[in-house]
Amino acid sequence: MEGQVVSLASIPTPNNGKNLEEIMQQKAEHQGCGTQGGSGKASCGSGAGQGDLAPEIWEKVKNHPCYSEEAHHHYARMHVAVAPACNIQCNYCNRKYDCANESRPGVVSEKLTPEQAAKKVLAVASTIPQMTVLGIAGPGDPLANPEKTFRTFELISQTAPDIKLCLSTNGLALPDHVDTIAKYNVDHVTITINMVDADIGAEIYPWIYYKNRRYKGREAAQILTDRQLQGLEMLTERGILCKVNSVMIPGINDDHLVEVNRAVKSRGAFLHNIMPLISAPEHGTVFGLNGQRGPSAQELKALQDRCEGEMNMMRHCRQCRADAVGLLGEDRSAEFTTEAVMAMDVQYDMESRKAYQALVEQEREATAAAKRAELENLAGEYSDVKILIAVATKGSGRVNEHFGHASEFQIYEASSEGAKFVGHRRVDLYCQGGFGDEEALETVVIRAINDCTAVFVAKIGGCPKSALEAAGIDAVDRYAFEYIEQSVIAYYREYLDMIRNGDLVHNQRGDAQIRQGAYTAA
Amino acid sequence: MTYKIVASQCTGCSACEPECPNQAISEKNGTFIIDPVKCTECIGFFDEPQCVAVCPVDDTCVIDGAYPRYSA
Ligand code: SF4
Ligand code: SF4
Ligand code: SF4
Repeated sequence: MEGQVVSLASIPTPNNGKNLEEIMQQKAEHQGCGTQGGSGKASCGSGAGQGDLAPEIWEKVKNHPCYSEEAHHHYARMHVAVAPACNIQCNYCNRKYDCANESRPGVVSEKLTPEQAAKKVLAVASTIPQMTVLGIAGPGDPLANPEKTFRTFELISQTAPDIKLCLSTNGLALPDHVDTIAKYNVDHVTITINMVDADIGAEIYPWIYYKNRRYKGREAAQILTDRQLQGLEMLTERGILCKVNSVMIPGINDDHLVEVNRAVKSRGAFLHNIMPLISAPEHGTVFGLNGQRGPSAQELKALQDRCEGEMNMMRHCRQCRADAVGLLGEDRSAEFTTEAVMAMDVQYDMESRKAYQALVEQEREATAAAKRAELENLAGEYSDVKILIAVATKGSGRVNEHFGHASEFQIYEASSEGAKFVGHRRVDLYCQGGFGDEEALETVVIRAINDCTAVFVAKIGGCPKSALEAAGIDAVDRYAFEYIEQSVIAYYREYLDMIRNGDLVHNQRGDAQIRQGAYTAA
Repeated sequence: MTYKIVASQCTGCSACEPECPNQAISEKNGTFIIDPVKCTECIGFFDEPQCVAVCPVDDTCVIDGAYPRYSA
């Protein structure tokens, strides 16, 4: 859409006195240090999210909002729910609601026929040019409904071949469908693997439905893990990218996930996403009802850190509801109800989408360049001080959200190695009165980001600012509309200076709470 | 006898529909129903009734006492 092109171009460029051209120039000069051929990105650990991925994999994932933590600031994905049936039972799932593999229990997605789903995808893609990825996930298992799933893919690939297709599965039926997945050019598959040990599996899965029989307990878990790992191997043999999702269930599979991490890495998974168990009695799940708790923010990060040496971790998955539409924490699904979509006259215009995406690419290059420039200022600094910074943003890699409007905060870890994205914290449900009026927004936010030293916002009122300050969290608005990573590094540098000058004593912050509930930002 | 679906418990997930060897299951107003004339309790096809085996909600696909036992 015209309007959005203009708004992207009018985002203020970083005001450290350089225009975009200079920055690009600087970027070009900077590519000397260990650039990996073909990826087109400088990769001195400071690039645009490539990390240690092989160039050909990076090429496939760099615009995928779920797989590249940097791309998820610039591109959007959507899920459609066409496959409600499932073939296993998980203790963290209540299938009256959404599937817990990707989205959270508690919100019901709209069920669509493949034809309705395809039309919805085209309508969204025509309105939101950043929409580049279509996923089929829960509720249910896409491969327990193969006809509906593949019919949807077929319809979309006919009209919109530029949209990437992905699907998420529990893996039980995966080996039977690998060839069809290859045929439809599905380039990303997510398998939820919570264990590779049937004894642990028996505590997570009460039963599976396999070959016309219901299997229970250990036997069920053994079949499931065998099928999952076999499916993973078959996909990687065919060059289809495979991500693994795991739900961290404290006391059941938390330590074991390190072993899962090794097992899936050795079979070629390119990314491992460890997500916290979301469990509350009102979700009606087995774990919700038996009081099984989810991990705290610190426990989750510690486990992700333990696995990171092994392979790429995905820390930005926001466990969206399955029919979410939009960028980052944004959800525009309300604009695309079935009724509205069916009434739309959809014209799919690939050229204007391409033009828009070219602008987004420029914007991304500029973000990466700004970060590298700031990193150079940090060169030569060595410190074991690490701080977490929460950022209010609505995308484009900038500090551009008002404190009071943020439905989630991005969390960055600043150290003498630079700025690293380590996760996000949602606060949307809290502000929608989930905790009653007596609880002010700032109290809620403080609980969610209590482990952070500072919070960067585009704007903040006096009251919340002093409440944050009282909790020891520095509310910072001087980086409004600046690039996030550049700002995080700049703040960190000042922070070190203040420690050095004796103006400040560094102390470790406490733990924070992970919010329980589906992602429902309006 | 035949099986029936307890409508108040059915989530409408549709998992049972394609599994029935007799195409006895269909959707009606968001939940699913079993045609008692077509249901054979899966006798002659499988050891266990498929709708029961696949249904995510316990005690949703149950024996309907209103009909005599199926005999092949
Ligand atoms: S749930 Fe995770 S993987 Fe799925 S769209 Fe959201 S961020 Fe991506
Ligand atoms: S018992 Fe078997 S035949 Fe009867 S409805 Fe269920 S699946 Fe169909
Ligand atoms: S499997 Fe059970 S819950 Fe699902 S549609 Fe059939 S009867 Fe309803």
